[in-house]
Amino acid sequence: MQALLSIDDLSVSFERPNRNISAVRQVSLAVTARECIGIVGESGSGKTQVFMAAMGLLAANAKADGSVRFESEEILRAAPKELNRIRGSKLTMVFQDPMTSLTPHLKIGTQLAEVLVCHTGASWSEARLAARRMLERVRVPEAQRRLNQYPHELSGGLRQRVMIGMSLMCEPMLVIADEPTTALDVTVQAQIIGLLRAMREETHMALVLISHDLAVVAGLADRILVMYAGRIVESAAAAELLQNARHPYTAELLKCVPSLSGPLLERLPTLSGQPPRPGESLAGCAFAPRCPRAAERCRVERPLLEVAGAARGAGDPQNAGDPHRVACHFPLPP
Amino acid sequence: MSSLVDDAARRLRSNSAAMCAIFVVFGIIALALFGPWINPNGAETLDWLHVASKPALQNAHWFGTDRLGRDLFARTLEGTRVSLAVGLVASAVSLAVGITYGAVSGYLGGRTDHLMMRLIEILSGLPLIFFVIFLTVVFGRNEYLLFLSIGAVGWLTMARIVRGQTLSIRQKEFIEAAVASGAGTARIIVKHVIPNVVGPIVVYATLTIPQIIMLESFLSFLGLGIQEPSASLGTLIAEGAGEMEAAPWMLLVPGGFLAALLLALNIFGDGLRDALDVKEG
Repeated sequence: MQALLSIDDLSVSFERPNRNISAVRQVSLAVTARECIGIVGESGSGKTQVFMAAMGLLAANAKADGSVRFESEEILRAAPKELNRIRGSKLTMVFQDPMTSLTPHLKIGTQLAEVLVCHTGASWSEARLAARRMLERVRVPEAQRRLNQYPHELSGGLRQRVMIGMSLMCEPMLVIADEPTTALDVTVQAQIIGLLRAMREETHMALVLISHDLAVVAGLADRILVMYAGRIVESAAAAELLQNARHPYTAELLKCVPSLSGPLLERLPTLSGQPPRPGESLAGCAFAPRCPRAAERCRVERPLLEVAGAARGAGDPQNAGDPHRVACHFPLPP
Repeated sequence: MSSLVDDAARRLRSNSAAMCAIFVVFGIIALALFGPWINPNGAETLDWLHVASKPALQNAHWFGTDRLGRDLFARTLEGTRVSLAVGLVASAVSLAVGITYGAVSGYLGGRTDHLMMRLIEILSGLPLIFFVIFLTVVFGRNEYLLFLSIGAVGWLTMARIVRGQTLSIRQKEFIEAAVASGAGTARIIVKHVIPNVVGPIVVYATLTIPQIIMLESFLSFLGLGIQEPSASLGTLIAEGAGEMEAAPWMLLVPGGFLAALLLALNIFGDGLRDALDVKEG
């Protein structure tokens, strides 16, 4: 199937006065129409920067190499004007913090309508009508009244619904949700995840869900990619990855997810050590210093992302187009 | 946008101090505009029977007369009109130029910002008096030139303030969100940046008007601005200050008008800032 968004060999680095800091190192991935992929990784793993590069939102001192294509069109080095035809209409983004992502002095209705006016040339009255229908679709109660309210008059959960509504105004083909639930409390998180799931069913959009929380991603994604220190270290279908993690980092991450059904633990397991500092040069595997399975080879030779040998699901037709890949010299047995 | 203005107007109406101030400002403006219809005396008519006379109701010089027997009330209204015109026009010029320049410079950043700010530094290095004398010599002396030269200097500070505010606004996530939703640079500056810097701009503008009125009187005093027989509040106060001991009303009348005007403008600006701050609604 033709990929909607394909990222090839993308590297992002930030130029600092005395040295360059790599945030993303040679990442390749593809999103096909209507699928949902989850990107998991801890802070600083580069998961957000990959998609910031795709949206043309990198900081001024950032340098991006490689290729990002949306519907076969190169967008990494596209001029802002060309990019503006795509972003906001076909390719949209939902940001982490709904408290600060809405312009404070513009009414909700105006902000929603503006997207439509900007991209389709609709009249303001048409656009406001569409904005009201969108608020109803994203389950905002009393939509008519909300149109005339300012962002600060809405709760965090409602604002995130508005942000999601805003990203859907032009019937996008791909929505990138960057930690959409991180700034919200747990019960609202569940509602927002539910809303994203419902929106996926109602529209034909593909979804990229970026999160540091495996539990958030697990419930929604078809496929999960795990990032560590700017690289993808494991990718597999969601169920396969959760049951059958091959990379020690993924396995450790899964251990850190508290379970409601399991035995009551005295202490929640945590990953010891720190991820490599940005700018640190890495000869071997970036995870080696924290890895329980690390050997001498890991410190010298960087493992490549390859199809995991003897994967149990390898022959499974469900996983045929999307094999379990892992970047580890000594992957866990299936 | 109009709805933002509606809401601000509603909040402003509930602020009684600001409403009083507006009343005073508009009262003074109305007096300045319609004074000649109320007052039987012309601003340039010499009344030889009442030279430097005290304020009195019976001789029709309600606020007294000056050394040449001109009615002080008429002179003060004339002066108020000129001062207000200079203050408003020069502020409007400095606002329009300063906001545009500052917002563009701050938002674009990088090398553009660097060049634009250096230009401001060069311009603010030019001495104002030299600049005004230069313009006067080249173009001859008229009031419009005064507007232009004060406005041309006034926008520098405004541009710096707007740039500073824009730099902090540009870091906000809602600007990133606007970029991500495909809004062009011009649209972002006009709709998402400038309205967010309106608060500080309004406060600064209300301080600019009195500053400009002061600057105008200073230039007039040096013989570079408003000239006899025309008058501004500044020239009247300068004249009155010379007669302070013998005829205090010559200082107090224009001084009182200036003080009332400036105080009212300041309270009004304060109220406007509160009204435009969405979060306090």
